[in-house]
Amino acid sequence: MAEDTKIRSSEITDEATYLNRRSFIKAGALAGSAVATGALYRYLNPPPPREVSTAKIGDFSEAESPLSDELTSLQDITNYNNFYEFSTDKRGVAPLVDDFEVRPWTIAVDGLVEQPTLFGIEDLLKIDQEERIYRFRCVEGWSMVIPWVGFPLSKLIEKAKPLSKARYVAFQTYYGGANPSGAQLPPGPNGMGNIFAGIPFPYVEGLRMDEAMHPLTLLATGLYGRLMPAQNGAPIRLVVPWKYGFKSIKSVVRISFTDEEPPTTWSKQAPNEYGFYSNVNPDVPHPRWSQATERRIGEYGRRETLPFNGYGEEVAGLYKGMDLKRYY
Amino acid sequence: MTGAGDIRFVKVLIAVNGIVPLAMLGWDWNQGNLGANPIEFILSTTGYLTLIFLLLSLAVTPLRKMTGRNELIRFRRLVGLLAFFYGCVHLITYSIFDKSLDLSAIVSDVWERPFIALGMSALGIMLPLAITSTNGWIKRLGGKRWQKLHRLVYLAGIFAVLHFWLIQKSDFSWPIVGVLVLAALLIYRVWAKFAPKAGASAKA
Repeated sequence: MAEDTKIRSSEITDEATYLNRRSFIKAGALAGSAVATGALYRYLNPPPPREVSTAKIGDFSEAESPLSDELTSLQDITNYNNFYEFSTDKRGVAPLVDDFEVRPWTIAVDGLVEQPTLFGIEDLLKIDQEERIYRFRCVEGWSMVIPWVGFPLSKLIEKAKPLSKARYVAFQTYYGGANPSGAQLPPGPNGMGNIFAGIPFPYVEGLRMDEAMHPLTLLATGLYGRLMPAQNGAPIRLVVPWKYGFKSIKSVVRISFTDEEPPTTWSKQAPNEYGFYSNVNPDVPHPRWSQATERRIGEYGRRETLPFNGYGEEVAGLYKGMDLKRYY
Repeated sequence: MTGAGDIRFVKVLIAVNGIVPLAMLGWDWNQGNLGANPIEFILSTTGYLTLIFLLLSLAVTPLRKMTGRNELIRFRRLVGLLAFFYGCVHLITYSIFDKSLDLSAIVSDVWERPFIALGMSALGIMLPLAITSTNGWIKRLGGKRWQKLHRLVYLAGIFAVLHFWLIQKSDFSWPIVGVLVLAALLIYRVWAKFAPKAGASAKA
């Protein structure tokens, strides 16, 4: 066409400019829309986690017999959390906890005790702290290995002096406002108060007295030798390694002794899915997840899930004669 | 924008934008940026993308009728195929990466967990629709029969949204959005089927 002498050169230029402009606009629209789609994707799936670093715990005895399992990284432990008061998205909790103040903090101990007592977090941190490396198995079919720091719950129970008719221990998670005893607690952080959680707050859990007194049952004040990160249940949480993770209630503000089995959040929410005991049991499937296997965070394949999360030797005796398929 | 070149350009635009999320997912995976549980993340993201494109494909006809832009119909196949594509990536993630191709675990999953059976059924329905989406198949089946077959997409949509609903533990906010969008798209069709007839008979 360019060699066709019958067409004036000015016309040729116009045509070319026209086509150039068309393809320029198209290329621009293509690139622009792809960038916009990418930006939307990035907004919905924000870039990876930030580092947390809480203060070091000054004095604790290191774990005596660590498991052969590799520890889960601090990064993963602090960026994959079920803490529904903030968010139901496990990746979404860490970015919301910045203004979660955990001082002053007290645990109210009441119910069937000689004398209801308030325990300040500073006093609880004075109890001999020890490191415990435990497997942590979530009911959703994933697991971690976490180096907790804390002390056996039994030590607090001994100080609290429950009455002999106390058969259960009930726990409650902080949910803004004051401690149930009226003691001062930090105001609720902005992020707390997730109205989409679909479960009632405050979150409550419970143990039978012998489970609570078991030497494996821990009140944890930290992990990896540092004070508990907010997203993991600062400043103090329960850790019951042979039960599904939701039993290990976070950010505890109240411990009550009762003579009746206390209500627990998830078993009230869906009694056919979650029981009071919720011991890790590969033979009792959950409606949505087979419990036969689990994915260890940091690994790609699946591992066989162990009865009582591998702590059967220590705890199976607590359930002698019980039908664990019925009392799941 | 009715020229053949423009239609082709918009198709390229849709295809490129449709693949952007997969490219970013792959990039993040390569960079180790998918978080603590990459497989769970890929599984949920590809699930969301399947549902989004499935609902978008169901939105084409209502949009076309409401705006009067008939050329929109020419992009429907591509949007539907994107839904099928992400559904396949979702299934591959589940069966290979999550279940390590352990057939007995997969079979018992389908058998014991209704949400998995529903998800599999939804994708199973989409398979013949994807295969018969070509011009050749439309001719071979004849327009009427092809259309009848492709109405199965409504069932796939219902199964997919149910699948999404049943996997939630307690937070149903996104599944509710899915149900509302699907309901609006289906109700529109029921309404469109009866409303114009009433108008026509009034005129006659």
